[in-house]
Amino acid sequence: MSDAVAIAGVTRTFATGRGPAVTALQDVSLTVAPGEFVSLIGPSGCGKSTLLRLIADLDQPTSGIVSVFGKSARQARLDQDYGIAFQQAGLLPWRTVAANVELPLDLHRVPAAERRARVAELLDFVGLADFAGSYPDQLSGGMQQRVAIARAFAEKPSLLLMDEPFGALDEMTRERMQTELVRLSAETGAAVVFVTHSIPEAVFLSDRVVVMSPRPGRIREIVPIGLGPGRERGEALRENPAFYAAVTAVREALHGDGAVPVGVENR
Amino acid sequence: MTRRVLLAFAGVLLLGAVWELYKDLGPATGVKVGELAILPRTTDLAMPHLWTILDRLGQPVSSLPGSLPLVVAVLQACLVTLGIAGAGWGLGVVFGFLLALLMQAVSLAERAVLPFVILSQTVPVIALAPLVVGWGAQLPAWQEWMSVSLIAAYLAFCPIAVGVLRGLKSAEATQLELLHSYAAGWWSTLTRLRLPASVAYLLPALRLGASSAVVGAVVGEVSTGTEGGIGRAIVEYAQASGGDPAKPWAAILGAVAIGLVAVGVVALLGIALRRFRRWEVAA
Repeated sequence: MSDAVAIAGVTRTFATGRGPAVTALQDVSLTVAPGEFVSLIGPSGCGKSTLLRLIADLDQPTSGIVSVFGKSARQARLDQDYGIAFQQAGLLPWRTVAANVELPLDLHRVPAAERRARVAELLDFVGLADFAGSYPDQLSGGMQQRVAIARAFAEKPSLLLMDEPFGALDEMTRERMQTELVRLSAETGAAVVFVTHSIPEAVFLSDRVVVMSPRPGRIREIVPIGLGPGRERGEALRENPAFYAAVTAVREALHGDGAVPVGVENR
Repeated sequence: MTRRVLLAFAGVLLLGAVWELYKDLGPATGVKVGELAILPRTTDLAMPHLWTILDRLGQPVSSLPGSLPLVVAVLQACLVTLGIAGAGWGLGVVFGFLLALLMQAVSLAERAVLPFVILSQTVPVIALAPLVVGWGAQLPAWQEWMSVSLIAAYLAFCPIAVGVLRGLKSAEATQLELLHSYAAGWWSTLTRLRLPASVAYLLPALRLGASSAVVGAVVGEVSTGTEGGIGRAIVEYAQASGGDPAKPWAAILGAVAIGLVAVGVVALLGIALRRFRRWEVAA
């Protein structure tokens, strides 16, 4: 089976109105295996969100190749090979929770009966079965984000792309959501590319953590985490010495050249 | 809801009280600064008592035998004008919507067309009316009221086009990218996202369009010389004001009523579409 994501020698520059072009990513190469959970971490401006957007075909590389399941990123998007979630839940306020989760199925003309069954299953999956008829403005931030995650899983994607989906949540909600996500992705066997600012978050979730550095954005180091498969990860892991060791390893990779990167949370 | 109705009612009462109070206390010759009249004269000729106007509504239109009560004549004229304004509003909505869709889909069209949409409103209706009537006269099935509706539509389409365009562009970047990630096309994005997101902008635009259409219909009737509507009634009754000062006010009240009905219809539309305005009440 081909890699979930294969990025080869990708560079992305942005032309600015005046002055030199900004290099957001320079010569980045990375592969993600099917079912693997990979986090991208680094200070602001390291291009981690840009990299995710390239995989999602929301942006195109200036040079280099991005392929998803052996296809071009564009074809993968058209074939709906991935589900995506952003920092903002991005729910449609005029649709109920159920109708929001249904949106991608609705757009791709899945039959109504099948749609209803799938939505019920997904809401159960994220623990929101009782809120199917509620509107997004009646939900807390954490619940909205869970709706967005259910929506990302709607079409049973084999790849999930997540851009700081828990960034706007409080710490307690965030940890609970991390536990849920690690369970969900393990159960569905989906590969995940997860952008985050938080070292413990990256370590708790991932099989590998990709540490990036800014100006120009490039991969500094890839840290294998080795805390066991996702389905075995629970709250207890946060107290485990192996977890602390991995946090330290990622932190050292980030601080590699002695300079303290700006914008990385150590919590 | 009842609170709002009560407030609206209190507002009308207050307006009436101001009218009577000024009529009672203001100088008969009005207030002038030099030659410029700041406040109107308060004679019975210039400002009849409200009860005189209400009483006049119950009297026949003229002394001719078999003439209708004034209130009936005014209401009939109102219905005619409301119909003309409604047709104009509908046409303005359709045209404004299509224009907004075009401007949203093709950014070049926005830059090319939008200035002219705004500029179009600077052409006075008086200048436009004879042209519209002249063009209409060359079409076989053309009727007089259609010219007036066209003028009403001309005034109504601008706020609608501008409002709908803003509404269509109001969808958030995250939501647009989400739809893009679902490989949704232009049409799906329009129906699932852009149109629902535009409702909050659409309603004020429709309201503004409705009042513009009413103004356009009234002014259009006068400047094209169309009979039967309230615009014509205002002109006719004003000629009688020397001997019958309350009569023109009856027609003016009728024109105000049309405007209120038009805005009320849009408010009902707003209630029907309230699901799409949820974010307005969201935290």
